[in-house]
Amino acid sequence: MTVSAPLWPAVLGRFGWQDLPFVRAWENPTISELIGAFAGALVVVGAVVVAALLTRYGKWRYLWTEWLTSLDHKKIGIMYIVVAFVMLSRALVEAVLMRMQQAVAIEHPGFLSPDHFGQLFSTHGSIMIFFMAMPFLTGMINYVLPFQLGARDMAFPWANSIALWLTIGAAGLMMASLVVGEFSTGGWSGYPPYTERAFSPGVGVDYWIWAVTLGSIGSTMAGINIACTVYKLRAPGMRFMRMQMFSWTSLCTSILMIFAMPPLTVATLLLALDRYLGFHFFTNDLGGNMMNYANMFWLFGHPEVYILILPAFGVYSEVVSTFSTKDLYGYTSLVIATMAIAVLSFTVWVHHFFTMGQSANVNAAFGIATMTIGVPTGVKIYDWIWTMFRGEVRFTVPMLYALAFMMTFVLGGFTGIILAMPPLDYLVHNTLFLVAHFHNMLIPGLLYGMLAGYHYWFPKAFGFRLDERWGRIAFGCWVVGFYLAFFPLYVLGASGMARRTQAIFEPSFRPWLYVACVGAFVLLAALTSLGIQLWVSIRDRASTRVEAGDPWDGRGLEWSVSAPPPEYNFAVLPLIDGRNPFYDHKHDEGQPDPYASPSSYEDIVVPRGSATSVVIGLAAAVAAFGLIWEIWGLAIVALQIVVAAVVLRSFGRDQHRTIPAAEVAREHEKWLARVRATPAIPRQLETAAVNRGLAEIVA
Amino acid sequence: MTSASFLMLGLAGCTALSHGFLNPQGPVAGHERDLFVTVSIVLLFVAGPVLLLTPLFAWHYRLSNRGDAYRPKWNFSWWVEALIWIPPAGIVIGLAILLWHWTQIDDPYRRLPGAAPIEVQAIALDWKWVFVYPDLDVAAVDRLVIPAGRPVHIRLTSGTVMQSMLIPQLAGQIYAMGGMTTELNIQAHRPGRFRGENTQYNGAGFQHQKFVVVAVPSADYDCWAAAARRGKRTLDAQTWRRLSARSIIALPVEFAHVTPNLFERVLETTGGMSHSPTKAAR
Ligand SMILES: [Cu+2]
Ligand SMILES: [Cu+2]
Repeated sequence: MTVSAPLWPAVLGRFGWQDLPFVRAWENPTISELIGAFAGALVVVGAVVVAALLTRYGKWRYLWTEWLTSLDHKKIGIMYIVVAFVMLSRALVEAVLMRMQQAVAIEHPGFLSPDHFGQLFSTHGSIMIFFMAMPFLTGMINYVLPFQLGARDMAFPWANSIALWLTIGAAGLMMASLVVGEFSTGGWSGYPPYTERAFSPGVGVDYWIWAVTLGSIGSTMAGINIACTVYKLRAPGMRFMRMQMFSWTSLCTSILMIFAMPPLTVATLLLALDRYLGFHFFTNDLGGNMMNYANMFWLFGHPEVYILILPAFGVYSEVVSTFSTKDLYGYTSLVIATMAIAVLSFTVWVHHFFTMGQSANVNAAFGIATMTIGVPTGVKIYDWIWTMFRGEVRFTVPMLYALAFMMTFVLGGFTGIILAMPPLDYLVHNTLFLVAHFHNMLIPGLLYGMLAGYHYWFPKAFGFRLDERWGRIAFGCWVVGFYLAFFPLYVLGASGMARRTQAIFEPSFRPWLYVACVGAFVLLAALTSLGIQLWVSIRDRASTRVEAGDPWDGRGLEWSVSAPPPEYNFAVLPLIDGRNPFYDHKHDEGQPDPYASPSSYEDIVVPRGSATSVVIGLAAAVAAFGLIWEIWGLAIVALQIVVAAVVLRSFGRDQHRTIPAAEVAREHEKWLARVRATPAIPRQLETAAVNRGLAEIVA
Repeated sequence: MTSASFLMLGLAGCTALSHGFLNPQGPVAGHERDLFVTVSIVLLFVAGPVLLLTPLFAWHYRLSNRGDAYRPKWNFSWWVEALIWIPPAGIVIGLAILLWHWTQIDDPYRRLPGAAPIEVQAIALDWKWVFVYPDLDVAAVDRLVIPAGRPVHIRLTSGTVMQSMLIPQLAGQIYAMGGMTTELNIQAHRPGRFRGENTQYNGAGFQHQKFVVVAVPSADYDCWAAAARRGKRTLDAQTWRRLSARSIIALPVEFAHVTPNLFERVLETTGGMSHSPTKAAR
């Protein structure tokens, strides 16, 4: 084996040819290296194919002006979700590889080298949390929240775009680590001292540090933006206790983001100081203490769980109420429960290190604080159950996700209480039991919620419905795959199998590992079904259009506008006179017609697109790349570009565009005329082709 | 042929659990297993209603079933509120009392009743465990020999990155961290061999970092100690350097003599004495 020497340090930093997976695979063609090279090639080929297609169809300019530089909250939301789906695909394939490895590596080395396996669980966790879950929920909030508040945009459209581009830049770093160099093997939590230079000298941990740092800064900005939008941009009459539940959970999520993300940024930056400048915050020697890292990381890490789950709770509230054709049961209880969860989530972080030797009193106090969260969470589940009571439940795809969630989540809560008991946590901490538990919370609690929201709001965003049949197939695969993949892990964890194990020396684990592996493949089939569904839906879109904008007989204000909505969301800002103004206007006697022409129109000011946010996000990623590879010149230049872009933007004029009242009037009246020509349909027919997005008015 | 192999698989599946805390071989794990069973039974009453009511309501109130009165505006009832807040809160209060009590008595630092404990110092290395018996001047790598029926008091530290020691059939786990000491008290009811491991990932050899706990009858333990003391290998500075390197050892080894105060020296070299209250006392 040749030793990789840095080439021209000033230009290429510590890069050597060995850092390319293709070179490694050429010199040492094991299956593990070939898989690495294949993944790297997939990234390169994918990028080239996308670029070629854009060139072939001349779509570069369209993509740049209409999407990438757009400050419209709807387009930013959609771009976030696209990122989430791309990253989901990668992280799910990685999960399948790990399950395959464990299934074959029973008293056998398997096909992945230990180091490759370490990188896989680290990227899987980091991606799923920071680059799948976070973009998905941020995108969903971005798209839906301004509508539900009766607003025309987010509070800070430019900051919104920067947050998106920082996330994209960070996700880009994750992808770059497949092609150049390696990734950390320190897991998604990156615990020092293992992640210190002394034990992990390569570029892997640096990729992790900078990807997470950029992502967390983006999430902090997103949080501030969401909170300010709720506080400042509600339509006239939209009191707090009139907001839709999704708006409430978005608000609580954003507050959690504002307080929880900075400890993470600080933790990763201190780790960077240790690694780059020889500080000793978390090292073994010279006064370093990794407990400080554990504290800061979980001060973020636990609230993060609720950052991930609360938006999904919001989606479920909307979905269950809409598809039960009924008011949400216990609105006030749900609001109180949501806020209680948000506050309590900051009081329990020590349960992540019950096993680090603090006193029994400390452990007991944090254990009890942890269990307390079970009460408001349970209340929420019961509120959804009672929402169905005396309703008319329709089993559409989003509703199926909600039902599967309620029944599966309660099992995750069950094991959560077990983990909250310190004596039981001692037994199963760091084992597959824990892995099973958090996947049990995050797959039904986050992924199903996001998928329910995706099916629910897709027709709003794109003007046509998703294919119902493929949606059900995907749903079935997600549910069956989940049970097959994760319930065996509870058994293995209770049998003492440690997580992150590349090879297994206990033959009796074999059947459970086989079942889990089959489950992983079913989950992959679920994702594939979603892809097929999207393709089929786009192909058949002529028969599923819902221009009138209200295919599900919805409640929030987002359903009161056309699908897809105009750039300015509302031709005239709505006046709010109740908790479900649009729904009540549709259905109640003596209420104003929700589709009546407004008496007058005004000019509407919308933000102009800006290239600066793209430049800031990408230059920050390039600077991070420079830091990772110790190409100092590149890092300095890229950082200067970031500063220059901020300065430039602050001198910019003409940052807004005015849409004249006449144009708004023309567009809106045209849509109203179309609504009047649309046949209203009863709920029984909502998945049929006749559903053009107008709900039947049954008083 | 295939059916036979499936049968084998099924049998193997059931034996998996026998390696864990559901088949405890000592008082600590046994006690924790009892708590597990108790809590699981309580939680059945929490999960049960949700698992029953969700499908029941969803199916009964489906759109095509027009039998029941449809009440689209019904959204509140004090009775239901009381039902969904009070019983769960009561259960959590009950579990909290249980938790407080059991956390105190299952505290890993709590000495076990009975005879004076065997003192063991466990040092985590990449990718092996070193067990020093300070009273015997004996050490072993990747094998912990203990007398059945006697309490064992383990002090842990790490000569490298953070690790976590778990012997599922005997007790819960505790971390071993550089520069810090943690403690764990274990005991085996009867002679036997139990699996121990590190559960905190620490690099490429992690999956191999297992050790065996051999519980032997008291008399045999004394024989073992005497035999171990007569051994030729010594754990001196040079051997320690070799052991500390990242590697997996093929078979457990034993040492007759150990560098004096090895555990304290490891603590010191990992910079840790600054955390330790004993430094000020000296
Ligand atoms: Cu996962
Ligand atoms: Cu937590």
